[in-house]
Amino acid sequence: MRNVAQGPVAWRSELWGSPLRALATVLLLALLAWGGFHALEWGVLNAVFRPDAEACRAVQHGACWGVVAEKWRPMLFGRFPYEEQWRPAIAVVVLSAVTVLSAWPRSWRWWLAPLWIVALLLFVLLMRGGMAGLVHVPTSRWGGLPLTIGLAVVGLALAFPLALLLALGRRSGWPVVRTLCASYIELVRGVPLISVLFMASFLLPLLWPAGWQPDVLVRVLAGLTLFVAAYLAEIIRGGLQAVPRGQTEVAMALGFGRWPVQRDIVLPQALRLVVPALTNSVVGTLKDTSLVTVVGLFELTGALGLALGGDPTWRPFYLEGYLFIAAVYWVLCFGLSRYSVWLERRLGEGAR
Amino acid sequence: MSRQASRRGAWLAWVVQALLVLAVMAGAVWVMNHALDVLRSRGVRSGFDFLTEPAGFSISEGWLDFDASQPFWRAFLAGLINTVRAAVPAAVFAVVLGTLIGIGRLAPHVLLRGICTAYVEVLRNVPLLVQLLMLAFAMANLLPDPIEPVRLLPGVWLSKGGLSVPWPVSGEGGWWPTHFEWPEKGDFGVSGGAALSPEYVTIVAGLSFYSAAFVAEIVRAGILSVSQGQVLAGQALGLTTVQQLRIVILPQALRVIVPSLTNQLLSLTKNSSLAVAVGYPELVSVANTTIGSNGRAFECIAIIMAVYLLLSLLISFGMNRYNARVALRGWQ
Repeated sequence: MRNVAQGPVAWRSELWGSPLRALATVLLLALLAWGGFHALEWGVLNAVFRPDAEACRAVQHGACWGVVAEKWRPMLFGRFPYEEQWRPAIAVVVLSAVTVLSAWPRSWRWWLAPLWIVALLLFVLLMRGGMAGLVHVPTSRWGGLPLTIGLAVVGLALAFPLALLLALGRRSGWPVVRTLCASYIELVRGVPLISVLFMASFLLPLLWPAGWQPDVLVRVLAGLTLFVAAYLAEIIRGGLQAVPRGQTEVAMALGFGRWPVQRDIVLPQALRLVVPALTNSVVGTLKDTSLVTVVGLFELTGALGLALGGDPTWRPFYLEGYLFIAAVYWVLCFGLSRYSVWLERRLGEGAR
Repeated sequence: MSRQASRRGAWLAWVVQALLVLAVMAGAVWVMNHALDVLRSRGVRSGFDFLTEPAGFSISEGWLDFDASQPFWRAFLAGLINTVRAAVPAAVFAVVLGTLIGIGRLAPHVLLRGICTAYVEVLRNVPLLVQLLMLAFAMANLLPDPIEPVRLLPGVWLSKGGLSVPWPVSGEGGWWPTHFEWPEKGDFGVSGGAALSPEYVTIVAGLSFYSAAFVAEIVRAGILSVSQGQVLAGQALGLTTVQQLRIVILPQALRVIVPSLTNQLLSLTKNSSLAVAVGYPELVSVANTTIGSNGRAFECIAIIMAVYLLLSLLISFGMNRYNARVALRGWQ
């Protein structure tokens, strides 16, 4: 079962080693050939790539990628004003560039935090406008990929400090603090994200002073942050538990105070241990942002409905549209999970 | 001196904690009061009294018949039953499919391994909502009309109208099922057996396929955790691959698998709330409709949260009991 040997030589014996294996090989090859041929025929050979609705309707067994060629801008940017769409495009590039830079362990230095603040301010400036000669675009018109990535990045950035406090609180020596943090974490982890988003979109408006309505984006972001924080807190708690007690005792014996021990000795080791788990949580959060569609924000998934739902010409080609945004999500999430594997290996090397 | 200082420290800790409790309670009271004030100023009534009023909407499917003249509490009950009706079969399919794929990812056959790996990597890196919407669109648009359904297996028919499967029925008088009723194709579509709506098929299939990818990873990690010596010993005793799996590997792997599987079942149950997006009338969908009709958002969300917390507790309790059975006792 285990220690599966790799390489062409091992493959040959795996494929043809015994009559049973040879039979399995033939059957699987036939299945792959049949599936592959149909996929190729539908997706490439018979497909229409031009934004030509007539040709799309005429084709029998073929995909209409023309819908992507025609609608990629509303799919990726939602209702953002057409001639201003270079702004969300640059905003996405800025956030992605900073994310990729932060993914490199060598750049985990003091300047990363201010860099992130600058990048986030730049993101908001580009999206919102109203300054530096940019036209003001209300948040109700934000949408598509920048909203997906923005919600995930800002939600995670806001959730992380909260999660840190919750995780430390759950291990606190004070029973009241411990109980409060544990109840919060278990309560939030026990309910679906959708109910938290409903709460944010229906109930938060009731808490604000009369006459001042918080933006729907702000409300959803608040809900997402509160939700993600509970999950991150449990991951961080796992890391805290994995740091040997002796470390704390030695530090205390050396005269470190309670907080300096946590800040300088326990947390750096704990966080290092859970970086791969945190990356997996980032993937989960990125996928979870698709749920804000349900409460009426047009991120990547919602923007597709917006782009195709109101257009009878292109509405029949929803499937191709879904495949397109599924591919976008897939590239982002698969990239992150590969990164997580790479990081785990790299951090493991350092620890050994 | 130092004992005095530590006693003062303990005393201080209790004062701070008492203040913290007071602050949290005061905050909660203020939030409730403020929210009630705002509701009152907007002329919205509050409280759970609406539960006994007639709902004014009907629920198209489920084990509990529900029409518009019946009270809201019955609508919520029907929604809850529909949640369970979707989540339980999805959990069973996900565990079976996930176990097969997880074992397949370690199979001594490169093609099989490749196919199983591709399944996991594709399904778990695309949001469940996108997969559900895609399935719902395919169900509604790409399948043939109910008049000319496709036969998937003997007695299993699929069309735009949904899925028809054989279903046990009881004979005259008794309630114990005696035989299966097989769906048959007639001039006006399929009749007999159990007719499952397209929405139901979408949510059960979507949840199963998505969760199976995660279950597969859990099963794989569990199998890899069994020490290599055990496998070699099994081989030395002349056990076949299937016997090794059944007798040696799986019982030991379960110890690693069950706790993670519990997490996965919990998230599957919570994910069933996404059925609201594909039009299957489960609990969240009923609550959403209720909020739309009478604006009792606070009460409805409280019901959703309470019910899911209860479901989560039940699943954790049941799985922990099971875990206690498969876990090692005493010394390893």
